[in-house]
Amino acid sequence: MITAEIKPIEEILEIIEPYDKIILAGCKECVAVCAAGGEKEVQFLASALRTARKSNGREVEIREVTLQRQCDPEYVEQIRDFAGDYQAILSIACGVGVQYMAEHYTIPAVPGLNTAFMGGAVQQGVWSEKCQGCGNCVLHLTGGICPITRCSKSLLNGPCGGSSNGKCEVNPEIECGWQLIIDRLKLLGEFESRYAELFPIKDWSTSRDGGLRKIVREDLKQ
Amino acid sequence: MDYPSNVKLIRIPCTGRVDALHLMKAFEEGMDGVCVAGCLEGECHFLTGNLRAKKRVEYVKKVLSTLGINPERLQMYNLSAAMGAKFVEIASEVTDKIRAIGPSPVKTGRGREFAEEQKEGEES
Repeated sequence: MITAEIKPIEEILEIIEPYDKIILAGCKECVAVCAAGGEKEVQFLASALRTARKSNGREVEIREVTLQRQCDPEYVEQIRDFAGDYQAILSIACGVGVQYMAEHYTIPAVPGLNTAFMGGAVQQGVWSEKCQGCGNCVLHLTGGICPITRCSKSLLNGPCGGSSNGKCEVNPEIECGWQLIIDRLKLLGEFESRYAELFPIKDWSTSRDGGLRKIVREDLKQ
Repeated sequence: MDYPSNVKLIRIPCTGRVDALHLMKAFEEGMDGVCVAGCLEGECHFLTGNLRAKKRVEYVKKVLSTLGINPERLQMYNLSAAMGAKFVEIASEVTDKIRAIGPSPVKTGRGREFAEEQKEGEES
C-alpha cells in the first residue's frame, strides 16, 4: 500500500485558514489501511478542526466524505454535485488523490497528509517500506528481499563494509538488507548459485529517469 | 454519597470502547472537560481495554494541545466498580481542576488557551 501520515494539525489549520467552507475528503484504500486517511480519520480530523476553529471564534463548515478511491476519475467525480458549494477540498488521500482532486475541480485541493512510501504492516500501528518502484524488479534473484529498498545504499552487490552483526551502519535499528538476502538465499539453497554471480549495472531508466512515468495497456485502453 | 451535579455520566461496556472520536466530539460540542473512568490496570475483564483507552487518551491529549486547548481538560482515572467513595472523590477533584481552568474556549471563542511553549514554561 501507499503509506502516509497526517500532517501536524497546526499545519492543516494554517493551510485551511483562508476558508470557511471546505470538503474533507478521505480515501478507503491504502491510507485507510494505514490509519491516516480513512473514514474514521475523516471524522476525527473534521471534529478536531471544527473544535480549533470554534475556539478561535471563527467556525468552519466541513462536509465529510470518504471516497472509494481518489486515484480514479469515476470516484473523484462523486463529489461533483456539491463541490461548487465549497471553497476548498482538504484531501487526506495520498499525494495522488490530492492531485486528482485538483485536476477535476476548480476550487483549491490541499493536502492533509504527508505521503510516505510503498510498504506494509509490521504489526498493528507500525508500517515499513518494502518497494521503491524502480520499474525493473529483481526480487527473483535476491530471495524475495528488495536490495533497492532494504539496503540503505540500494546496492546490488552487497553487503558493504558498513554491515555489522546484521545491522546497517546508517542506523543500528535497520537490518542490513544484504545480510537478510544472504540468509534467505542460504535457506532456499540458492546461495551458491545466486550470490557468486555479480549483478550487472542496473538500468535505472525505468526508475527516476526521464520524467513522468506512465503505463499504457493498449488492450485495455479506450 | 453525592458527586457534583454537573458531571454527566456516559455508560460504556468497557473503556476499550472509547474511541478518540468520542473524546474529540465532546470537546467539539463544548464540554469543559472529560474524565475517562476505567477499571484498575491489570483488572480489565477484556484484558487490555483500559490500557488501550489510556493510549487513546494520551493521543487525544496531544491533539488537544495542538488545537490550543489545555490537555488537562481530559483525564483518565482507574478504579473498580466497587469503589463508590473513590469515584465521588475523583468526580469532585476533576470538577475542581476543570473549574480552575475555566470554561471551554470552544464555547467562549476566546482562542488558544494552551501552547507547547507555555507547557515548556510551566515545566521549567
